Amino acid sequence: MTHTSLFRQITDFANRADPYPLYEELRKTPVLHEEEGGPYVFSSYYDIEALLHDPRVSSDSANLAAAGEDPLAQGEETGGLPPSFLRLDPPEHDRLRRIANSAFGPPHRPRRVDDLRGDMAATVKGLIDGFGQARQIDLVDQFAYPFPVTVICRLLGVPREDEPRFRSWVDPLVATLDPETRQNPDPEFAKQAQEARMQLGMYLAGLVEQRTKEPQDDLLSDLVDSRGPEGAMTMMEVLSTAVLLLIAGHETTVNLITNGMLTLLRHPDVLQRLRQDPGLSVRVVEELLRYEPPVQIVPQRTTITDIEVRGVTIPKGARVWLVLAAGNRDPERFKDPQRFDPDREDLQHLGFGSGIHSCFGAPLARLETQIALSELARRLENPRLAEDPPPYRQNAVLRGPRHLNIVFDGLRP
Amino acid sequence: MSADYVEWLRREGRIVIVGASLAGLRAAETLRAEGFAGELTLIGDEPYEPYDRPPLSKSVLLGKASPRHTELPHRRETDAKWRLGVAATGLDLTAKRVRLADGDEVEYDRLLIATGVRARPWPKEDEARLDGVCLLRTRDDASDLCRRLKAGPRRVFVIGAGFAGSEIASACREMGLAVTVAERAGAPLVGALGGVIGAVAADLQTENGVDLRTHVTVTALEGDAVGRVRAVHLSDESVVEADVVVVSLGSQRNTDWLAGSGLGAGPRGVACDAGCRAFDFRGIVTDDVFVAGDVARSPHALFGYQFLSLEHWGNAVAQAETAAHNMICRGAERRPHLWMPAFWSSMFGVNIKSVGVPPMGEQLMITQGSLAERRFVGVYGHQGRVVAAVSFDNTRWLEFYARQIERGAPFPVEFPTMDRRPEGRQPVAADFPDPSLPTHGPTVTLSGYSPADQQLVFHPARH
Repeated sequence: MTHTSLFRQITDFANRADPYPLYEELRKTPVLHEEEGGPYVFSSYYDIEALLHDPRVSSDSANLAAAGEDPLAQGEETGGLPPSFLRLDPPEHDRLRRIANSAFGPPHRPRRVDDLRGDMAATVKGLIDGFGQARQIDLVDQFAYPFPVTVICRLLGVPREDEPRFRSWVDPLVATLDPETRQNPDPEFAKQAQEARMQLGMYLAGLVEQRTKEPQDDLLSDLVDSRGPEGAMTMMEVLSTAVLLLIAGHETTVNLITNGMLTLLRHPDVLQRLRQDPGLSVRVVEELLRYEPPVQIVPQRTTITDIEVRGVTIPKGARVWLVLAAGNRDPERFKDPQRFDPDREDLQHLGFGSGIHSCFGAPLARLETQIALSELARRLENPRLAEDPPPYRQNAVLRGPRHLNIVFDGLRP
Repeated sequence: MSADYVEWLRREGRIVIVGASLAGLRAAETLRAEGFAGELTLIGDEPYEPYDRPPLSKSVLLGKASPRHTELPHRRETDAKWRLGVAATGLDLTAKRVRLADGDEVEYDRLLIATGVRARPWPKEDEARLDGVCLLRTRDDASDLCRRLKAGPRRVFVIGAGFAGSEIASACREMGLAVTVAERAGAPLVGALGGVIGAVAADLQTENGVDLRTHVTVTALEGDAVGRVRAVHLSDESVVEADVVVVSLGSQRNTDWLAGSGLGAGPRGVACDAGCRAFDFRGIVTDDVFVAGDVARSPHALFGYQFLSLEHWGNAVAQAETAAHNMICRGAERRPHLWMPAFWSSMFGVNIKSVGVPPMGEQLMITQGSLAERRFVGVYGHQGRVVAAVSFDNTRWLEFYARQIERGAPFPVEFPTMDRRPEGRQPVAADFPDPSLPTHGPTVTLSGYSPADQQLVFHPARH
């Protein structure tokens, strides 16, 4: 049998349900570079943290020496739209993110997220009531997906009933993030992804045009109308920001909620405590972001000069992979890292990344997941897993179960 | 120190902490967290539980937070005896006693001094007593100043454009109040960040409508017939009418109560070793008196073993934790206080943060962003190595620069960084004022050297 590189084992779907032993193996070689032209893979907490704050590490794929060999890296950001701020470096990144933030958070919109609390609770209640007389549900299809989609639609100002339309465009875009797809790029698929991005952009352009004429109380209207000291976004910038927020605004939260419920069902004592004390959800969600983060890997970084890490020189233009989920269980950083323990004093993680690209939607994702998990814990009577492990989604970067079948005895009012 | 003694101390010894603010509280919590089971007493001259000071010159002044609600969160039960509202007035090192203002005395087996600093008052006492002349250091100061600002004075005058003075000016402008700031140096923040960055801060103030007067000193405060302040006289012979004057001339270390105690205590603080053990005036280390926070002055290996006095929130916490740890363990288990100096401020909507010791730097390079946009990272160099960095609205990069400082990375910074502009390709003089001339006082002072600690890795100089 030929030796399979560790990095290929991680991207191999066969290991999706439990990649943690592989991450443990990975941490033995903190700077791993297994094949010519392949990525430099980092798995130690402190290295990842340092690289996320390193001004010599770029998020712009134009700086990849091998950029031409990655058609999907191009595909994601073309389809007629400029790159979103996720794929840009300062100063452009800073400008776009600041404008987007003025529509989303403090100081201009300090209560925008918190004001959604009531809506979120009502949505969660509606979805759980919708389980009806069933005693087995698929948490993903019946709850963890529709909930954040409803919230991001409401926040952005995208009609909820258009969800089936944009889902058909979002799915191929999300698939392009999967390293497996990237390693064996099918030209047909790349074309399809570009097409999807363009379609999604055109769909949003229609909404943006409406908002230009008739502003509403939503994020899209604010993005169109952003006339702070930074100036305004161009129409194309508004569109690529909206595409980013729409996708990132729910694809990650689906996994956070699903991974969360899966973890709680594997730790019934914590589930029981959460049922009695919804306030515990704050700690539960933070610990989840460490223990089972929805974004496992940040694969789109590159170096703008030779840099040295632990005595290894990473050449300029090299592909850099930061395995957040491995760093989160680094025993150099966390005591008893393989233990799910919401009571840990040192409640820290890389679940939202760090540095200038740290998750833009973190306050939203936190609130959504806190509400979702505490309500599920409160209302499901004696819930348990129908199968363990559940079937996983293909994606190694955005990792989570495709289905999560839960059996329970009834619903509490 | 015998192992038996340490065992006994941890079990039933008496520890007294003088200073019931951030450092005192965190030290008390650390002592308990690390298993100290004896008697713990905290002495504080203010009548309040430990509270947080950074909001006092920001959200509290703006009325966004109540001065009564800035208590520091407790990390754990301290089970301590609190003697609040009574100042320590003396220390008897031989008898191991702290004297209190109410005539009482408290005995200790180990003592932690965490008395911090106080605002430097206006030197002319009769002028300082005028109604409307304020300081800003304590919660009571903040309540008083907040009330006066809310009353809508016609003009506020701030003496001194250090961080506190500049933050007060920023709060005034946010409230729509006319404000004049007088500064002895050529620009705000010069003592802490140098003239190049100071010029950026000056633009920030004037563009936000502050009447900024530099290269001037205040010669007199003038009162009206009923003893209210009404005007400020400046060294350039101008007179500015104002009904609130905030004296923001830096701070003085609270060491008066240690006079004659035999400790190495003075205006620059209480000198101690890297393990927070106080020196006596002969330069010999004590073994039962420890120091932490703003009042401490300790050698830092990363900065040439210079004695640093830091008025930094984070330093108070870290040094208190180290001091508390060292107080109740054996010699070999002690650890040095090696905290990376760091502080932050916020004014006129800009977030300012610094790591390292900027005033030690002779040269400066803008490695990211641009001074003109007031969004940048500047790196300070001293004798060929990076010793500090400052950011305006770019906080998230500073961790990287802190690591560069820890490694003694070479200066000038030769590697490329994202967002490096032409202005950042060459170092320029950082333009700190001559240290022999007084300014409002930087937040960091440096002095002296001490021998290398054997536990540290010693790197020979590059040249």
